Amino acid sequence: MRYLILGSGVAAISAIEAIRSVDKSGEICVVSDDPHGYYSRPGLAYYLTGEVEESLLYPYRKSDFERLNIRFYRAIARRILPAERVVELEPAARLPYDKLLIATGSQAVPLRVAGADLKGIHKLDHLNDARAILAQARRGRTAIVTGGGITALELAEGLATRGMKVHYVFRSERYWPNVLDAAESRLIESRLQSDGIELHRQNEVIEILGKNGKFQAVKLADGRLLRGDLLAYAIGIAPRIALAQQAGIACERGILVNERMETDLPDIYAAGDVAQVYDAAAGRYVLDSLWSPAREQGRFAGWNMAGKTSAYVKTVPFNVTRLAGLTTTIIGNVGSGRDEDVLGIARGDSETWRELPDAIIAQTGFEVNRLRLMVGEGHLVGAIVMGDQKLSSPLQALIGWKVDISPIRAALLAPNAPLADILAAFWTQVKQQSFGQGMG
Amino acid sequence: MFERLFHHERARQQAMSAGQVTPDSSRCVQCGICSFNCPIGIDVRRHAWLGEAVVNSRCLTCGECVARCPRGVLIFERTDLFAEGKR
Repeated sequence: MRYLILGSGVAAISAIEAIRSVDKSGEICVVSDDPHGYYSRPGLAYYLTGEVEESLLYPYRKSDFERLNIRFYRAIARRILPAERVVELEPAARLPYDKLLIATGSQAVPLRVAGADLKGIHKLDHLNDARAILAQARRGRTAIVTGGGITALELAEGLATRGMKVHYVFRSERYWPNVLDAAESRLIESRLQSDGIELHRQNEVIEILGKNGKFQAVKLADGRLLRGDLLAYAIGIAPRIALAQQAGIACERGILVNERMETDLPDIYAAGDVAQVYDAAAGRYVLDSLWSPAREQGRFAGWNMAGKTSAYVKTVPFNVTRLAGLTTTIIGNVGSGRDEDVLGIARGDSETWRELPDAIIAQTGFEVNRLRLMVGEGHLVGAIVMGDQKLSSPLQALIGWKVDISPIRAALLAPNAPLADILAAFWTQVKQQSFGQGMG
Repeated sequence: MFERLFHHERARQQAMSAGQVTPDSSRCVQCGICSFNCPIGIDVRRHAWLGEAVVNSRCLTCGECVARCPRGVLIFERTDLFAEGKR
């Protein structure tokens, strides 16, 4: 059996591990155009802050690759020829396959503003981007960052950590309004400001100015001119689907795959950021663009490619990140456009918060802790946990399993209810019922 | 209040001395900060990839990896082997 994997990110690596767990002898070829191969792309944010060294971004050692017995091609995949079961590469080569996995990931949406091709303008897709940013990030210089999501925030924080004066420009009236509530946005914004980051809300870069091909300033929608030494942007990502489209594979924003991670063409699979997976609960195909689902999808693709039929079932939306120094877990549906039957309740720090089950010690010592629950009629539908993370794993289970909360619903909704205590006690009960008295 | 504080601190000490570092793989992005900060060079990140607790006699349970992980992947879980005897 000849397996061909396009890409070298976590979905690809996870697929290869899964294939090898089933098929010890089949030939596995990997084609990637990333000169650095497999490394932690989310880790680039922490490379920018200086929390981790570049050499530590690589999770795999040479012996790990050897163990998987793969052939690696540093090349660009130019064309998939499904009828011939061949992929054409550049430099010129033709690789035949029996099973093909497209795991080409996603890339930053380019800035479409006059002047965007100047030197000193950066995205954060690859290690090379991070290197280029760090080469310019000098104490005392000024950086301008634009974009509304997590990556833009990570850029702003990373550059501020490096001692730069940072102007952070975003379109909305507050940070990340489709996920965070007003209090959460305020919390994040005030922490950014106390780190010296200047916020420019409801604003936009409409023109980029430079001299001798080098970036110098941005013009904002409100007419102001911001001078700087570099501009970093993160205004969205797009799955890299060009190859698949060219081969006639069905795509929407990503490559459409079924629960076995198969595309609509035989023996061609897709996984990770490039794949758009059917979500039975939502009744549509969705993009995840997150590390953990990419790993899971890769695993299922690999198993199915190697003949171990397995169905990938999307779990409840789950994202962990760090916003302005606060570890933040987002579970289920927490955003706007919410159901009328869903009630949101939130709590800031409290004394009871710190007295959760003491058998387990998670990260503590955050100056701020915050919890928001989205309480549905019968079960919890979402939660945001900021700071102390003791409750996030119980909440992930309670929300994911749609546990009946009728025993605690009224208590949760009572004025000034000690949410953390109620949840912790309830979780102990649920665990005992689910796993029996002997465990938990 | 002080009693609570002491109780909390004692629980913390116990977990750190009789516990092990346990990862939640679903939170991990393999950034390497844990391995980078381990004072005796345990590849904590590999444990997180495999979803396995750090069962390593060299682990000092110093808590560096737990404290520095930006995504709350790692916790101390009391192994409870000796918990009964202590009570």
